[in-house]
Amino acid sequence: MDYLPNLLFGALVTLAVAFMAIAMGSVFGLLGAIARLSQSRIAKAISGFYITVIRGTPDLIIILVIYFGGTVGLSKLFGQTVAVNEFTAGSFALAFVFGAYATEIFRGAIGSIPQGQTEAARALSLPRFIVFFRIILPQAWRLALPAFGNQSIIVIKQTSLISVVGLEELMRSASIAAGASREPFKWYFTAACIYLMMTSLMTLLLRYAEARSNLGMRRS
Amino acid sequence: MLDFDLMMEVLPKLWQGVGMTGRLSLLILLLAFVLALPLAFARNAKHRILSVPANAYILFFRGTPALIQVFLVYYGAGQFPWIRSSMAWTILRDPFWCLIIALGMNGAAYSAELFAGAMRNVSRGVIEAARALGLSWYATVRTVIFPIALRSALPAYSNEIILTIKATSLASTITIMDLTGMARLEVARTYAPYEVFLTAAAIYVAITALLTQALKQLERRVITH
Repeated sequence: MDYLPNLLFGALVTLAVAFMAIAMGSVFGLLGAIARLSQSRIAKAISGFYITVIRGTPDLIIILVIYFGGTVGLSKLFGQTVAVNEFTAGSFALAFVFGAYATEIFRGAIGSIPQGQTEAARALSLPRFIVFFRIILPQAWRLALPAFGNQSIIVIKQTSLISVVGLEELMRSASIAAGASREPFKWYFTAACIYLMMTSLMTLLLRYAEARSNLGMRRS
Repeated sequence: MLDFDLMMEVLPKLWQGVGMTGRLSLLILLLAFVLALPLAFARNAKHRILSVPANAYILFFRGTPALIQVFLVYYGAGQFPWIRSSMAWTILRDPFWCLIIALGMNGAAYSAELFAGAMRNVSRGVIEAARALGLSWYATVRTVIFPIALRSALPAYSNEIILTIKATSLASTITIMDLTGMARLEVARTYAPYEVFLTAAAIYVAITALLTQALKQLERRVITH
């Protein structure tokens, strides 16, 4: 039997979960960074707690909490059994993880934009909101790009953990093929090669994006 | 909202898994360190015979998920009759050693990359000075390059240690009863995922936070300048 089409379909699911996790995680990261850089002590404490907890816990535990906890929580809320979708639970879990790392990445990038930029914009009476989105972010994203890209590559590898709760992505497709064909090494190795292709392609894309983002910048 | 009595009840059971998590982490770190040093040398070697295989090894282990590496060793090795009939099978049929081999080889790739970078950054002048003083190549590596490189790699290596502890949670996927494995067992028994998993998460956070502090102290002592 040939299971390659199943694996390739699994790879598409993997990419979809990774994309969702990165998109939602970036929002969490941005909110986290804003909270961490804010004057409010409570906001700082919450985002600090978020980072410490997520970074100190294995990703697998976070996926298990959100998948099994989500089912129990929603069932209690609605008074009947609600099964949480593996795709949704998995991408949320990885988004939380991504958000914690992205918080640190964005905080570092935003923090390295000189204070004078904000002061000048504020002196021109631009509202804080505009200052952040039109002055600070356009300069900060370039600084954040290398670390952000690395974290995105890590997400692709982390998606394999969602197979534990049964999402049929690349890893799970490989397990099914391995069990059915009784050729575990062959199919796990094939899946590993597909993962390697995805991460290598991402690395190349990232290098290209970094080079593009630095066009017109002075080289030191 | 959370049932704290239940959390207190499962705590001692989860604690039984912590010992396994610790044992796995130590053995994985040991294997990774032993493999990483020659790999780092091979990666920096001028000869392609050495550098190409080392680079391929590092690319493969860093470019693929650790979970698939664990499954490749644990399930994959059994596909070959010649492995099943060899001496190695006594080790490869045991999930404990499979996890250590897989995550040890995985960690070796990350650590080798770190060490190789640190060794490249040891300034040329220091090495030339050591050679000029008549130190043999071996003595230069052992007494000059290693101490300088390992010291500068320490902060990144500390991070590697924390990541290894977290990675041992994969043990639960191949029936090992580590902290995560015990937690999954307790969830199946009590059907209280929040209480059990959050208690397990709290233990992990406590371990990693304590270790992070200890490693920071060590860094402060070792890196004096």
